[in-house]
Amino acid sequence: MTDDDRVFKALADPTRRFLLDLLFARDGRTLTELESELEMTRFGVMKHLRLLEEAGLVVTRRSGREKLHFLNPVPIRLVHDRWIDKYTEHQVTALVDLKHRLEDQP
Amino acid sequence: MTGSTVTALTTQVYRVYIRATPEAIWEAITDPAWSDRYGYGGRVEFDLRPGGAYRTLSNDGMRAMGVGEVVADGEVVEADPPRRLVQTWRLVMAPEMAEEGFTRLTYELADTRDGVTRLTVTHELDGAPKTAHLVSGGEEDSGAGGGWAWILSGLKTLLETGSPLTAAQPVSD
Repeated sequence: MTDDDRVFKALADPTRRFLLDLLFARDGRTLTELESELEMTRFGVMKHLRLLEEAGLVVTRRSGREKLHFLNPVPIRLVHDRWIDKYTEHQVTALVDLKHRLEDQP
Repeated sequence: MTGSTVTALTTQVYRVYIRATPEAIWEAITDPAWSDRYGYGGRVEFDLRPGGAYRTLSNDGMRAMGVGEVVADGEVVEADPPRRLVQTWRLVMAPEMAEEGFTRLTYELADTRDGVTRLTVTHELDGAPKTAHLVSGGEEDSGAGGGWAWILSGLKTLLETGSPLTAAQPVSD
């Protein structure tokens, strides 16, 4: 699996997207804090967090005895630069072309 | 609080995997010839020893937009090339962020597999909510750049392809 595959797979699940939204609202949370926001077993939440970590979307840091989870937006940025920019740019160019063609008509 | 606010952030962690040696990445972070080619640009000055001075100086493009000579400043806390760099950091060019005072930045570089280096940037932003918002990319839509994710994405592209990450050029034809 490529890095992009891991990111897309990780994002293709509502629970994992919800976990990212939770970290976006407040970063650096423990497993216990994240678990309290979900109707799911601790084991289930850990599994989702592991997939997010493998995709690079979550980075963990130790702070004393606690393991804190941080949202890492860099892989999403890379997917954006690699895929989204390319197609939106094409769309913009196409619109500009269309405008020129319409304006050229007598 | 709604989902789109980022005011609660005090520490931000960013990680990127780059196909380059730790030495090359270290150089791209600390050498002015490299630092002007990705992210916000500007030429860095580092005195790489504890207590040494750090500054980022504006480039021609920034000065044309009215930015002063010094973009950011701070002090080196710890320098262990090419593994670990800890420094304080303050954005001088924007008065409302300059008055928030110094924040703390840690760069950590680790070898992984197949010549890929893992770069982790930890930015401690206690008491600096405006700076935190900016470096999280919160001002990107107003043209202020995409913060750390954007900087590190540009660094990765530059080191892996040899060319800066710029807006896609329209195809002529």
